[in-house]
Amino acid sequence: MDFNENFIYGCSAIGAGLAVIAGIGPGVGQGIAAGHGASAVGRNPGAKGDIMSTMLLGQAVAETTGLYGLLVAMLLMFVKPFV
Amino acid sequence: MGYGLLLSADNIDFMVHGLFEYSFFGHTVYITNTHVSILMVMLILMVFSLIAGHGFKKALKEEKFAPANGFMNGVELLVEFLMNTVNGGMGKGAPVFFNYIATLFCFILLSNISGLLGLRPPTADYGVTLPLALITFTIIHYSEVKFSKPAQLWKDKCSPLPPWLPIWLPINIISDIAVPISLSLRLFANVLSGTVMMALIYGLLGWIATGWPAALHVYFDLFSGAIQTYVFCMLTMTYISSARGDN
Repeated sequence: MDFNENFIYGCSAIGAGLAVIAGIGPGVGQGIAAGHGASAVGRNPGAKGDIMSTMLLGQAVAETTGLYGLLVAMLLMFVKPFV
Repeated sequence: MGYGLLLSADNIDFMVHGLFEYSFFGHTVYITNTHVSILMVMLILMVFSLIAGHGFKKALKEEKFAPANGFMNGVELLVEFLMNTVNGGMGKGAPVFFNYIATLFCFILLSNISGLLGLRPPTADYGVTLPLALITFTIIHYSEVKFSKPAQLWKDKCSPLPPWLPIWLPINIISDIAVPISLSLRLFANVLSGTVMMALIYGLLGWIATGWPAALHVYFDLFSGAIQTYVFCMLTMTYISSARGDN
């Protein structure tokens, strides 16, 4: 069974769109981290620097899964592995 | 062809291009625009460090211990910031790794913000970020072998289960291998997404792209670039210091 090229391009675009749904998770996670960081600064304004760096580090690690989705989308869109 | 998005504008360009090709042991390899960008970044860093080093030498010779001018003030600020970061992140190992982390920081920071200078950021090429992460990987495992006894190492690798039951060993090894991959992909994907976004804006909205993309440059190049630089250095320091066992 073979498909023509345009069908594969279309399916790759749909797959790319589905892949970036992965961005929802890191968005929620980073928001939770930022919210807790803000409340921590409210409780203890003296430790702002430490809280900021810890929060950024945690957010960056949480971001990784979303970036994997983004990479898959980019591979499908621009590298076109299935054509 | 299915270039629906790209048909509407033919000047979208964010790929790595080969500029010259030559034969290397029978393989055709390319000098790409990443190499050119890296050379420019290196040149800027070299000139910067030569001037800064000359300033420090002059200050030492004349025994003036206040910064001579605004530039030297900025350099001292940078060095102080880096020292505080490394001391906070590494504790006892800080003097050993200060030079490495500071070099990494300057290189990645300048690479990330080189999109502002019209270059393609070198860190938007996986061939640049993977070696940086592999250096970290090497240091981690060198430190592990150097600073812990083989028995302890074996016990760590079988960690949640007792050492005579190494069922968990392959999973721990996989999670060790995942460290450089996730470290390099994080930096790569962040910078690449900024590059692609800016290229799409300039390519598709070229007719109204005057002035306002500057705000996006501030976000994608300066803010995101600085955050990712900080994160890469922080994670490198965290991994190394936990492998050395000092905190």
